[in-house]
Amino acid sequence: MSETVPVYPFAHPAALEPSPEWERLRDECPVSRVRMVSGDEALLLTRYADVRELLADPRFTHSLTAPDAAKVSTADDGGVFSSENSAMTAGPDHPRWRRMMNKSFTVKRVTAMRPRIEEIAHQLIDDMLAGGQPGDLQSALGFPLPVFVICELLGVDPGYRDKFSHWSDAMLNLTKYDQDELTTAAAEFQAFMVQHVQDKRSKPGDDLLSELAAVVDSQDGRLSEEELVITAQGLLVAGHETTANMIGKMVSMLLADRPRRWERLLDDRGLINSAVEESLRFDANPGFGLPRYISEDIEVAGCPIAAGTTVVVSMASGNRDERAYPEAGEMLIDRVPNPHLAFGVGPHSCLGQALARTELQVVLAVLLDRLPTLELAVPAGELRRRDGLIVGGLEEVPVRW
Amino acid sequence: MVKRIEFDEPKCIAAGQCVMTAPEVFDQRDEDGVAIVLQPVPAPEHWDAVRDAVAICPAAALLLVDI
Ligand code: HEM
Ligand code: HEM
Ligand code: SF4
Repeated sequence: MSETVPVYPFAHPAALEPSPEWERLRDECPVSRVRMVSGDEALLLTRYADVRELLADPRFTHSLTAPDAAKVSTADDGGVFSSENSAMTAGPDHPRWRRMMNKSFTVKRVTAMRPRIEEIAHQLIDDMLAGGQPGDLQSALGFPLPVFVICELLGVDPGYRDKFSHWSDAMLNLTKYDQDELTTAAAEFQAFMVQHVQDKRSKPGDDLLSELAAVVDSQDGRLSEEELVITAQGLLVAGHETTANMIGKMVSMLLADRPRRWERLLDDRGLINSAVEESLRFDANPGFGLPRYISEDIEVAGCPIAAGTTVVVSMASGNRDERAYPEAGEMLIDRVPNPHLAFGVGPHSCLGQALARTELQVVLAVLLDRLPTLELAVPAGELRRRDGLIVGGLEEVPVRW
Repeated sequence: MVKRIEFDEPKCIAAGQCVMTAPEVFDQRDEDGVAIVLQPVPAPEHWDAVRDAVAICPAAALLLVDI
């Protein structure tokens, strides 16, 4: 037990480059011991097939509330993966809940939001242009756009977006915030949302929360109010930072090799969708990966894994696996099909993926139209990673146009 | 040659990837987002799109088989 167990997440050579550890582990040790920042140990999966198989297995969830589950964060309660309120996971009506949510995230509903997302993108780009160059695309466009979209979805006034950004940021902490800051942010957010749900009850609008409130009201009262608040929190936490960071990373990757990526898109807008998918696959910095608590003995890649183990799967490593993708180390913006792992797989995979894809497609299309001359204002190798959060991203994305 | 879509409905998680990939062939129910196969025996010009949908379906709920 005294040999050194590497600390996870691993260091990266540069913000857009994968950790060399991934390739080594895929080749030599696809089920590998790692140590979390909390000091607890877990097993890390790095191959595409193993990641896919474990995520698709309905027996295992990201519920890390079991007493022997590894803590992924230094915060006392273990951060987002263990702090989820019991009302949602333990409630008797989960299938009903997910069905109701799915209804709001169908391709049809999301496509209907497209014009509004385009409008938001144009406004934010107007503001960025007004600020002069170089501008920071991450803070000007990447960060605010998904908050606007979620506020829209929940019927929250966009004027609250700065507050929302902060709460969301704090609630996704790995090491950046201490327990007090976390508790304060969560309490403020809770109070705001309780009030907001009550407002929606008395004055329903044309939004998801009002719709859910109406359905819930027709059945049973109190517990459901709590469920509504948790739903809203969950959507913000799950849909803000993830998409915000992905916008900055996608644009950076496309600009990092302008001739083969950006300029090809300028010539052929038909490549936008596949370029978005390839950006999701190629993202070397998606953050932590997904933990799974193993509740019964299993075998992965020939290795027995005992019940009670916490396994972490690295979707980013799986997405770069040469066993699954030809030229896995190349970003090929016309790669089709592209069954990448960025949204997870199986019954727990991302509920908001149609919305996330639409946001990314819209951002890219509007940028190509408005700013065809867009370029990075620093060499790609000098982009700085944003650390300390579960969701990986870039501190800033300096651009000229 | 003729091909048929096999849809394992209980597996469907309603992520709508099939609808985004092959809108002529798939739709989603308004009530719960579960997929609907509009063309169980898709026209050959849709085979490529259907193959893509099969490959990316996050629930592995779709197959395109020969009949
Ligand atoms: C980041 C926020 C979230 C976390 C950490 C989280 C965590 C979890 C966990 C641990 C489970 C597994 C429980 C079990 O299967 O016994 C679960 C299942 C579930 N979650 Fe979430 N959740 C989040 C957001 C949401 C949101 C916003 C919704 C919907 C509004 C949602 C809907 C569900 C449903 C319906 C299930 C049951 C799915 C099934 O069994 O197929 N989750 N979630
Ligand atoms: C590029 C952006 C995004 C990425 C990379 C992403 C990734 C993921 C991943 C990997 C999971 C699976 C968690 C697990 O298996 O344990 C997940 C779950 C989830 N995502 Fe996303 N997501 C994104 C955007 C969004 C958006 C925009 C929303 C909604 C507004 C959203 C809502 C959710 C919800 C509610 C869950 C929990 C589902 C459940 O527990 O059943 N996500 N996301
Ligand atoms: S892609 Fe698969 S999971 Fe998603 S709606 Fe279609 S069949 Fe269902």
